[in-house]
Amino acid sequence: MPLVTHARRTRRRGPRRFTRRDLAVIGVLLGFTILLDLFIIWGPTVASVTLSFSSWDGLSDLSWVGGDNYDTLAGGDYPPFWPAVRNNLLWIAFLGLVATPFGLLLAVVIDRGVRFSRFYQSTIYLPVVLSLAVVGFIAQLIFSRDQGALNAILGNENNPTDWLGDRDLNIWMVLLAAGWRHTGYVMILYLAGLKAVAPELKEAAAIDGANERQTFLRVVFPTMRPVNVVVLVITVIEALRAFDIVYAINKGRNGLELLSVLVTDNIIGEASRIGFGSAIAVVLLTVSLGFIVTYLVQEMRGEEHR
Amino acid sequence: MTRRSLLRGAALGAGAVTLPTLLAACGSGPGGDGKTVTLGSNASDEVPRKAFQDAFDLFEKKSKKSVEVNTVDHNTFQENINRYLQGQPDDVFMWFAGYRMQFFAERGLLTDISDLWKGFDGFSGALKDQSTGADGKQYFVPYYYYPWAVFYRKSVFEQGGYEIPTTFDQYTALAKQMQKDGLVPFAFGDKDGWPAMGTFDYLDMRANGYEFHKSLMAGEESWTDPRVREVFDLWRGLMPYHDKGANGRTWQEAAQSLAQKKTGMAVLGLPHPGQQFPEADREDLDFFPFPEISPEHGQDAVEAPIDGFLMSSKVKNEEGARELMKFLATPAAEDAYLKSDPNNVAVHSGADTSAYSTLQKKAAEMVSNAKQISQFLDRDTRPDFASTVMIKALQDFIDDPDDIDGLLGGIESQKKTIFTESQE
Repeated sequence: MPLVTHARRTRRRGPRRFTRRDLAVIGVLLGFTILLDLFIIWGPTVASVTLSFSSWDGLSDLSWVGGDNYDTLAGGDYPPFWPAVRNNLLWIAFLGLVATPFGLLLAVVIDRGVRFSRFYQSTIYLPVVLSLAVVGFIAQLIFSRDQGALNAILGNENNPTDWLGDRDLNIWMVLLAAGWRHTGYVMILYLAGLKAVAPELKEAAAIDGANERQTFLRVVFPTMRPVNVVVLVITVIEALRAFDIVYAINKGRNGLELLSVLVTDNIIGEASRIGFGSAIAVVLLTVSLGFIVTYLVQEMRGEEHR
Repeated sequence: MTRRSLLRGAALGAGAVTLPTLLAACGSGPGGDGKTVTLGSNASDEVPRKAFQDAFDLFEKKSKKSVEVNTVDHNTFQENINRYLQGQPDDVFMWFAGYRMQFFAERGLLTDISDLWKGFDGFSGALKDQSTGADGKQYFVPYYYYPWAVFYRKSVFEQGGYEIPTTFDQYTALAKQMQKDGLVPFAFGDKDGWPAMGTFDYLDMRANGYEFHKSLMAGEESWTDPRVREVFDLWRGLMPYHDKGANGRTWQEAAQSLAQKKTGMAVLGLPHPGQQFPEADREDLDFFPFPEISPEHGQDAVEAPIDGFLMSSKVKNEEGARELMKFLATPAAEDAYLKSDPNNVAVHSGADTSAYSTLQKKAAEMVSNAKQISQFLDRDTRPDFASTVMIKALQDFIDDPDDIDGLLGGIESQKKTIFTESQE
C-alpha cells in the first residue's frame, strides 16, 4: 500500500494540506451549506424572536413593544391561544399513545404472517400517500352533518350529530383522521424494523425459555432502537407541524385551533399582525425545542454508552 | 494558507452562490413604453375572468393601448396585498371600496384620482363616499356590486301563505309559523367564518343605524355598549329558528337546503344562493330587504360590497392608467363585463339594464334607493380585527348564544389591543 503511506506522509509534512482547487471546492461546498444554514434556519429564527417583541403590520413603521405580545397571549386576551396549545398537546398525546402503538401492533401482526398480509399492508399504508389536506377533505365527506356518509349510515335524520361543527367533538374526529394516516406510516417503519431483527435473536430467546411477549418486549423491541427513535421523532414532528388537515376542514377554527394555524392567521394575509404572530411562532419553537433538546440529550447519552 | 485562507475561500464561495440571484433580481422590470398598462387582477374564477377580459378588450380597441393583465388566485391576491403594494405593483389593480381601500390610501400606496372623479357621472353619493379616503380625496373607481338580502323561494311562500315581513316582529312571527309548519326557518352556515357577519351587520344597522355601525367598525365605539348588546339579544331571540350546527356547515350547503325546500329563508349575498340552485329552479328564487327594527333607521342601509379599481402610487404608465380608470367608470365598460357575469349589478346609473334578470333588476333598484351602503364587516373594519377576532367571536356566539356579556367583553379587550397596535 504505497499510496496510503504516501498520503500519510504528505499530511504530516506541514500546514500545506490543500491545493488551490481543493480550497475552491471546499469553499463552494462549505460556503453554500453555511449560507443555507444561516439564511434558512438561523436567520428566520433570530428574526422571528426579534419581531416577537415588536408591533408591525408590514406597511407602517415597526415599533417595539417589549413583552406586550406575550402578555396578550398569556393573559387570555387572545381567546384562541390556550385552546391551540391544548390541541397541540392533545395531538402529541394521541399520536404518541394511540396511533403509534396501534401502528406497531399492526406491524407485528402483519410481520407474523396473517393471511392476505400484503393486502392489509398496502391498504393500511395507502393513506400515507395522501396529503393531509386530502385527508381533511375525505374527513369532510364522511363527517359532514347534513351530507356526510357517516350520518347517512347511522340514519339519524332528525337530530344528526354534528361531527365537525360541535367543538367538543370535532377535535377527536380530526385526530381519528390524522391517526388513520399516521398509523400506516408507523406500521411501514416498524415492518422494516422487524424484518431487520435477526431471527437468531428470537431463537436464542426461545431456547432460553422466553415466551412470545417476553421475546418481543425484552429482545425484539429494544433491538429496533434506531427505528424507535425515528418513529418518536416523526410522531412529535407530525403533531407539532399539524396544519393542513384542520385548515382543509374549517381553517382551524371553532375547536380545531392549532398554534401553526394561529401563526398563519396572524402573519399571512391582510391581517399582518407580524409581531404578534411571531410571538406565537416563538411559543411553538419553544415547545419544539423542549422535545428536540430531550431527544438530543438522550441520543448523545446513548452514543456514549454504545 | 490554513484556516484563514479556508475561511476566505468559504466567503468567496458564498459570494459566488449569491451573486447570480442578486443580478437576476436587478435585471427584471419592464420598461414603460407608454402603450402598455399593467393590471393586477384577483378575478381568478372562470366567469369573472372572461368577463373582465371582454371589458379590457373593449378598452384596447377604443384607446389603441394594450392592457397586460396579471391574474392571481383570488385569496392569494388578498393575502399578499401588503407585499404586493410595497413591491412592484401593477399600474392599476382590483380591490374593494370602503375601509379596506382607505387603509392603503392612508399609507400613501395609492394615487389620488379626485380630478378624474370631477368628470365622472352616474355614481350616487353613497358610491362616492365609498370611493373616498379618510383625507376626503377619491381613490377608487367602483365597478359592480352585489347586495345582501333575505333570500327565499316564491313557491314555498305561496304554499305556506307567507307574507313578506317588513318589520322585525313580522319576521319573528313568520319564523315561528314556518317552524310550526315543519320548515327550518333560517338556513345558516358559518363554517367559513364570514357568512354570519351579514346577519350581524343588518341587525346592527337596522337597530342602531349606519352611522353607529360605521364607527363601531372603525373601533370608535365600545363593544360593551348596551346598543351592541341589544343586537346580540335580538339575534339570540332568533337563534332557535336558525338551522342547528351552523359552525359545521358551509354557506353552499345552507343555500342547497334552501333549494331543497328544507329551509325557508337565508341571509346571503346576491351571487350566493343562485349558484346552488338547479337551473330550472332559479326563477323561483327571490329576496326581500332585511326588515326594519327601529323606525328611526327603517330599511335605509343596504349591505352591498363594491368591487372596483385602484391606481397604485408606484404607477409606471400614469397617463395610460388614468385613461383606463376613466374608461372603467363608463357604462360601456360595465356593460361589457356584466354581459358575461350576471351575478352582479352595475354601479353606473347609465349602465344597460335591459339584459338583467328579474333578480338583478330588483337588486339594482334596492341599491339605488339605499340611503347608505355598507361594505360587509370584513371590508368595513381592519382586516386583522375581522379575521382574528370577529370570526371566532361570531362562531362562539353561534355555539353558545347565552354568554353575551363575556363575549362582548372579550371582543372589546381584543379590539383595544388591535386598534392601538401600529396606529401611531
